[in-house]
Amino acid sequence: MTWRSRLGLGGPAAVAVLVLVLPLVALLLRADWGRVLGDITGGTGVLALRLSLVTTFSTALGCLVLGTPLAWLLARSDGLVTRWLRAVLTVPLVLPPVVGGVALLMTWGRRGIVGQHLTAFGVEIPFTTVAVVIAETFVAMPYYVLAVEGAMRGLDPRLESIARTLGASDLRYLRTVALPLVVPGIASGLALAWARALGEFGATITFAGNLVGTTQTAPLAVYVALQQDPAAATSLSILLLGVSVVVLGLLRGRWVR
Amino acid sequence: MPGQGRRARRALGVMGAVAALALTGCGSPSTSTDAPPAGRSTGASGGPVAGTVTVLAAASLTESFDAIQAELHHTHPALTVRISYGSSATLVQQVNQGAPADVLALAGEAAADPLDASLVRSTTVFASNSLEIAVPPGNPGHVTALDDLARPDLKVVLCESTVPCGAAAATTLEKAHVNAHVVSREIDVKATLAKVSLGEADAAVVYHSDVVAAKGAVRGVPIPASVNTDLRYPVIALDDQPGTRAFIDAVLSPDGRRTLDALGFGAP
Repeated sequence: MTWRSRLGLGGPAAVAVLVLVLPLVALLLRADWGRVLGDITGGTGVLALRLSLVTTFSTALGCLVLGTPLAWLLARSDGLVTRWLRAVLTVPLVLPPVVGGVALLMTWGRRGIVGQHLTAFGVEIPFTTVAVVIAETFVAMPYYVLAVEGAMRGLDPRLESIARTLGASDLRYLRTVALPLVVPGIASGLALAWARALGEFGATITFAGNLVGTTQTAPLAVYVALQQDPAAATSLSILLLGVSVVVLGLLRGRWVR
Repeated sequence: MPGQGRRARRALGVMGAVAALALTGCGSPSTSTDAPPAGRSTGASGGPVAGTVTVLAAASLTESFDAIQAELHHTHPALTVRISYGSSATLVQQVNQGAPADVLALAGEAAADPLDASLVRSTTVFASNSLEIAVPPGNPGHVTALDDLARPDLKVVLCESTVPCGAAAATTLEKAHVNAHVVSREIDVKATLAKVSLGEADAAVVYHSDVVAAKGAVRGVPIPASVNTDLRYPVIALDDQPGTRAFIDAVLSPDGRRTLDALGFGAP
């Protein structure tokens, strides 16, 4: 690279790094380190973190079980229906999460198109932990499906022809050849979906509400703490930052390239 | 009140540079330093004011301040008013963290306690409000009194205890010895009200003004005065810009009073 192109690219790249890294540094600089441990273990922080872990791992499991077959079907077709389906599935990806929360209320709420029939059986989803998982799955699933579909499309088509000539059925090819080869894609899809679920705020507070121990996930606890005690909010934020880095780091070392 | 004007003007010398920095893009140079130190609102009553005024207001003021903003546009066509609504607790933290605002209007005087006092130029109480139970139009939970909120078959939504409506609701419920069956604590009063107007919750404790402003989207069930909690709303000037005075004068004016009155706020 010439110095000119180095400067032309390096300038914007440096700004990009600052935009992303500076807020994280600020969080670490402003933390009241003497308080961090007490804030996390003392107040509602533990409950919020536990709820966040339970709901985000449920979400990841839901993505794995429901999203993998969907990704497989999307990867094996190029028809008009598939293309439209893929476009529709990516809408929650770009939808403002609060709008997602309203849409979930319109679906699963007491007067929602599905929820009104559930109410007749005494099942009401809003304000429950299940609602948190639904909200997180709604925003996180597209990340998983797109990541896994991409990995499945990257498979060498000759593998399938060979498996076929050897007499393998569709499911057997999927189980013994395709799935083992896309494990890295599945892992990175899970990591993306899990991280998105962990950060979920708008859809959760709109659809599931905010109650300590039941629906107050860690990001909601941070928001509430900020209204009264910014230092406690910083402590919780640092905990969230730490958990995200550790989980993503573990996944990265193992599978994600 | 007249003393505040003089004190404010003295502070202007120090504030000048800071305010100019904070309001870049406002453009119009302030001339109020040359004005004689007589009336309280030379800038505002001396004719139409230009520039920009940024207002941070409690969520419960949404409808009334929107109306006051529209009225202000007639008297000061060149003044751009930007209003951001949120929970008073969040707004105070934003101002403490350096958010560039000119006016801060809060739900209750207690909400101003965490505010950095050095940022305050003047405080005026402009309205009062009390609590009321909001229920969906058909009142599906058959809520008739505060005691009903303890029923386990009822879904009750309150404001988070960190925001004024939540603190007031806690005081009232404690006074009435009611242990409400709470399913969610929302981040501000409008979010709390929305859960009822959407029919997801059977009851919420909000302000009387919110029930009035909801215009039939919810129904009000009164809370007796003996256990109710009254809040006095302060409007706080954070600088001495002419636009700041113009906005606060509009809130305190007879027209502003009428608007607040029509939307369920009591006299200060």
